[in-house]
Amino acid sequence: MLNPYRIREDFPILKRKVNGYPLIYFDNAATSQKPKQVIETIKHYYENNNANVHRAVHTLSQEASELYENAHEEVAKFINAKGMEEIVFVRGTTEAINLVAYAWGLPTLKKNVEVLVTLMEHHSNIVPWENLSKINGFKVRYAEVNSDGTLNYEAFEQAITNKTKIVCFAHVSNVTGVVNDVKRIVKVAHERGALTLIDGAQSVPHLHVDVKDLDVDFLAFSGHKMLAPTGIGVLYGKREILEKMAPFHGGGEMIREVSYDPKTKRCSILWTGLPWKYEAGTPNIAGGIGLMEAVKYLQRVGMRNVEAHEEMLTKYATQHMLQLKNIEIYGPKKPSAKCGIIPFGVDSLSSHDVALSLDAYGIMIRSGFHCAQPLHQIFKLKSSARASFYIYNTREEVDRFIEILKEIAQL
Amino acid sequence: MVTVEDYVARTEGTCGEEKDVIVTFKYDKKDEAIAKILKRAELRKSIANIIFELAFEKHSFRLYPSGKAIFRGLKDKEELNRILSGLLL
Repeated sequence: MLNPYRIREDFPILKRKVNGYPLIYFDNAATSQKPKQVIETIKHYYENNNANVHRAVHTLSQEASELYENAHEEVAKFINAKGMEEIVFVRGTTEAINLVAYAWGLPTLKKNVEVLVTLMEHHSNIVPWENLSKINGFKVRYAEVNSDGTLNYEAFEQAITNKTKIVCFAHVSNVTGVVNDVKRIVKVAHERGALTLIDGAQSVPHLHVDVKDLDVDFLAFSGHKMLAPTGIGVLYGKREILEKMAPFHGGGEMIREVSYDPKTKRCSILWTGLPWKYEAGTPNIAGGIGLMEAVKYLQRVGMRNVEAHEEMLTKYATQHMLQLKNIEIYGPKKPSAKCGIIPFGVDSLSSHDVALSLDAYGIMIRSGFHCAQPLHQIFKLKSSARASFYIYNTREEVDRFIEILKEIAQL
Repeated sequence: MVTVEDYVARTEGTCGEEKDVIVTFKYDKKDEAIAKILKRAELRKSIANIIFELAFEKHSFRLYPSGKAIFRGLKDKEELNRILSGLLL
């Protein structure tokens, strides 16, 4: 089992007070805190190895390149990819999805074909497809969600037709924490000739994710939600698909040759191999190295232990919240169907009132749409408050949260 | 001349259908701002002097000693400025 009290020692920020109270950080679905191992690794890199990668023969550049390449390898091992060729570093989940939309979708998705997404998606898995459909004229279809926020699997599977070219959906909802059955959907999509893109922003940091076992074609996730710095994320893609695609961004780092032909007065371009052909320009080297350290940290903790700890906290918090007057939990109440996220409301208070009131006691939660407005429309909610847990949260913090919530609900 | 901007660090519209506005007071002016607001607005409820439910000119709002206030259901920025002027100046 995971020991959150031991883990907390690694997180300097958890020692601070906010508004005179010990910090309780329950906004982990938005971003996680960073352990000293990650902070020190980034500091060490800038103090000892900083140089541009893949550009120079000097020692520092070779050290930086080796670290940066190792980071890809470490992430590949973490999600059980075949190798670092399948791991493209990007800014985050949003950029990863946009990369697929424009590098794969722009030349592939024409009129009379469909992209299938669900109504529980984060805006980052809706907007790129809607934007691209305006250029290419294909249709974006939305799979329905049940009134409790779970997927309607029958409707979803029926919506996958021979027109569907890609099925894009969240592994875990960032609003409800609902865990979707990725293997089931992927199987049906593949049977009907469609590719799959999984938004793993809320799953890779919290669950054991194995891309070979899930058989997904693309997986997008963000480093900052899994102990790494902001500005670094990952697009996993099956090697054979990434090899066929043309890059989305052009520039340095991603080319093997740019040769000028005086006869045609044009440059001909050969791009380099995977994964670098998708990483144009100087990459976020320190971020990548920070992500490697974060992945190592999570591996030491053990992803099965992370899952068990968050399930315990979710169950514990849900049980107590359900006993409170004037509090409603949205989405499924069964913690085993979810992953570390509890969306809720307090009668007569807006979610922002709730969040500011908790903030006054040093408790950080999220309020608003959480970039998932369509799901809030289904729930008929103007917004929601959201508590989300991670490896350093404790039952005592949940007790304090419940105690304050009880007071707020009486106001 | 003292203005609302002397007290307010930032105002931010909330994410959601409610269209609430969160006002954050400047750190070095927050105690003065809170004292003025508590004197001029009508206190409806409070929890342990940490959350104050207040009303001013038929508008209800909440004030927090951390230096934040949340105003609900305002028409526009002009209305917010008018209320803040009444509370602070």
